[in-house]
Amino acid sequence: MTSAEIKAAIDSQYPGTIVEREDLADHQVELKGDQWLDMATFLKNDPNLSFDQLECLTGVDTGEDGPLETRYNLHSMEHRHKIEVVISHDRENPKVASIEQLWRIGDWFERETYDMYGIVYEGHRDMRRILCPDDWEGWPLRKDYEGQESYHGIVVPKMKEEDGWE
Amino acid sequence: MGVVKGDQMILNIGPQHPSTHGVLRLEVMTDGEIVSEIRPHLGYLHRCFEKHSENVTYEQVIPFTDRCDYLAAMNSNFGYVVAMEELMEIKVPERVDYIRIIMGELNRIASHLLALGVYGLDIGAFTPFLYMLRDRERILDMFEYTCGARLLYNYMWVGGVSHDLPKDFEKICIGFLDYFEPQIEEYNNLLTYNKIFVERTADVGVIPADVAVSYGVTGPNLRGSGVKWDVRKDEPYSIYDRFEFDVPVGDGHFGTLGDCFDRYWVRMLEIKESVKILRQALKDIPGGDVHQMLPKKIRPPKGSVYRRTESPRGDLGYYIMSDGTPTPYRVKMRSPAFTALSVLDEVSRGWMISDVIAILGSLDIVLGEIDR
Repeated sequence: MTSAEIKAAIDSQYPGTIVEREDLADHQVELKGDQWLDMATFLKNDPNLSFDQLECLTGVDTGEDGPLETRYNLHSMEHRHKIEVVISHDRENPKVASIEQLWRIGDWFERETYDMYGIVYEGHRDMRRILCPDDWEGWPLRKDYEGQESYHGIVVPKMKEEDGWE
Repeated sequence: MGVVKGDQMILNIGPQHPSTHGVLRLEVMTDGEIVSEIRPHLGYLHRCFEKHSENVTYEQVIPFTDRCDYLAAMNSNFGYVVAMEELMEIKVPERVDYIRIIMGELNRIASHLLALGVYGLDIGAFTPFLYMLRDRERILDMFEYTCGARLLYNYMWVGGVSHDLPKDFEKICIGFLDYFEPQIEEYNNLLTYNKIFVERTADVGVIPADVAVSYGVTGPNLRGSGVKWDVRKDEPYSIYDRFEFDVPVGDGHFGTLGDCFDRYWVRMLEIKESVKILRQALKDIPGGDVHQMLPKKIRPPKGSVYRRTESPRGDLGYYIMSDGTPTPYRVKMRSPAFTALSVLDEVSRGWMISDVIAILGSLDIVLGEIDR
């Protein structure tokens, strides 16, 4: 199926959930987050779509006061087609349903995105940091992140634009 | 028969343990000597690759990709530059494509040789390791001859490669292949058909195909489960569609489909396929310039791209997002070893502690790439 057909299939099953956005490419589609788990189940189990592989899950910070995003790259081993689903989150309270039990790799991918952006995946059975230490403060990949000064007595070096590394 | 409950025990393997292939801690819950759960603890090697990338220019990201998968740095470079070129919609000169494929396949052989040798070492076979490292060394010598570095190359640049092939490289490489091909049979006699090795790996740690797909396991590990999926064939990038080669898949050679032995065996067969590709590429390589004319500061158009390539460990994907400035807005590396490690808990349950080492080794993980 082409991207347009996949979008049409989503639209006929869940009308009104596709968010119109001009800056996205053809292979990308933004969906509303409130029914995401149902929609993901549909994407995975519908025989015409059967997206059985979650290729990649990326968090994106759109900057300043913009929303956070999660981007899911889905691929079907059977039909060899793909789609990228974008879901926006409120910056102050970012959360969306977890797809960890649909695609098992979602478990670690979501933990990584939580670790870096602080996006909470509701229903995830083990929502912990994965790469940073458990007691690390802040969400490192957010654009407004400011690192902590010291960590257990270790001074955390900072980069300054004019002088380079401190 | 009743169920006998042994003592519950938590065993820490790592962070400093030779068979974890890097700095990884496995928290193993055991029931007697049977593993009931494994919790991997990652992040010991986290070097903020993605955060760094947002503060440097597009070209300066390439050395960082070297340091992620340091055993197959050429393939890490390759994935990044292919993704960048897709984002910028540029085509590179034909000679560059050939050089990249030659380097990528040589590095695949080197990486598989280390994976297989170290796997033997994990199981207790020391000698094959030395044989395989001896031949890997010759590949590293060729890399050194080409770009001056043995492990971390920074060789592939956006739009080209850093140096052209040196004098007589084709002759040296064909000489190596002529020497190397008969060696594969020697490895088989030393390790593959060794009864102890087969007993330790066959039927152990079976990953069924649907579990592998769900866990995002890719590359030789997925093919070991019998799924014919190779990005080089199924989503061809660069000029891989011009070459003839097979995609070896596991067939339950000595046991069940998808066991440790199959994953090992697929890697051994893949080395032969890489040799095939190398011979074709060395025969057809055209002359010409190795640099694409690009402005000094690369400014890709606004937008994003996700491109995956076949690294020795599986689908290596880069998600690159550009906002039109010379620094990337977002670089995400989808690491194949990360996804392969996530399946460890599921497949290890019910096996002995010593089998966990066999399963972990058969997944061929590189911690630099998992932690980034």
